[in-house]
Amino acid sequence: MSFRDDHEIHKRRLGRNVGVALVLASFIVIVFGLTVAKVTRGDYEPENASMQN
Amino acid sequence: MSDASINTQTQPQEAGFGDYFALLKPRVMSLVVFTALVGLLAAPVSVHPMVAFASILFIAVGGGASGALNMWWDADIDAVMKRTQSRPIPAGKITRDEAFAFGITLSVFACVMLALAANLVAGLLLAFTIFFYVVVYTMWLKRWTPQNIVIGGAAGAFPPMIGWAVATGGVSVESVLMFTLTFMWTPPHFWALCLFMKSDYKDAGVPMLHVTHGRRATRNHILVYTLLLAVVAVGMAFTGVGGPIYLTTALVLNSLFIAGAISIWRRDEEVAEADGYKREKSFFGLSLLYLFLHFGAILMEATLAPYGLGGW
Repeated sequence: MSFRDDHEIHKRRLGRNVGVALVLASFIVIVFGLTVAKVTRGDYEPENASMQN
Repeated sequence: MSDASINTQTQPQEAGFGDYFALLKPRVMSLVVFTALVGLLAAPVSVHPMVAFASILFIAVGGGASGALNMWWDADIDAVMKRTQSRPIPAGKITRDEAFAFGITLSVFACVMLALAANLVAGLLLAFTIFFYVVVYTMWLKRWTPQNIVIGGAAGAFPPMIGWAVATGGVSVESVLMFTLTFMWTPPHFWALCLFMKSDYKDAGVPMLHVTHGRRATRNHILVYTLLLAVVAVGMAFTGVGGPIYLTTALVLNSLFIAGAISIWRRDEEVAEADGYKREKSFFGLSLLYLFLHFGAILMEATLAPYGLGGW
């Protein structure tokens, strides 16, 4: 079973792959942003870290 | 098996990114995002914008994941009901197993990430919400009792509590009242929908109130729950999240909502059918506005508070 390159299924796969790539890239940005926010806020300073849990 | 036989088999359509997104019930997710955001901003503790953004996102993902698990379990009745026939599973775009794997993975991911981004209480509340929606409502109550929507409505009412927990790390009277507002709003909202989505639930064998107890009983229930809802909604004005803006909004909206419920209660089926369920449809439309504006008023009170304008 072969498809030409411009078959509709290729477009759908491309859309899905681009979507997943964007989601993963966004996740990295969010985790980085969270880390910066928590570190600059001092959540992980020894005296605050003990109060966290 | 020859190539020809492979080609003639009915293959499931390959899902696109949008089909997976549709599994998350985006419209329900928008309500979850809004009410959770209000809960977060109404709390008396400020949250770092990045933490707030990430938390709301993970709450949305968790809410969406529970939607995917709901579609996995309810694929059989979704295929019967007109309103849900175009969902990704009955449409043949995504298999039930894929939806299950997608829902479980996102559920775990959302709860863990929320606990890490905000706090453990928020993460556990989100996990309980998903459990309640999928196991208690979808698997247990929905096909068993006409009270399904009354008890199951709790699942949709948790997001403002989760938002509040993100900020405060706990639960309080105000957050429970925000929960109660959505909880009490759900039954009249859904029963109004049931009255004009006539045969769908009956065809699917879901024991909604109008199927088991008739339309007269449903109209009575809408009125009783609307009156109880009004007490909760107006009473909230005198708590920490209320204020003059909220009180005015609540008085106006609850007057309209009660008037709508009385109008539905006074009608019988012949009259309703004759005008194409006009009153029931407008009551349902008003119910959407009702919840949005109540939470909008809470948000406004919280936003104006730093300028000495919100609250009492």
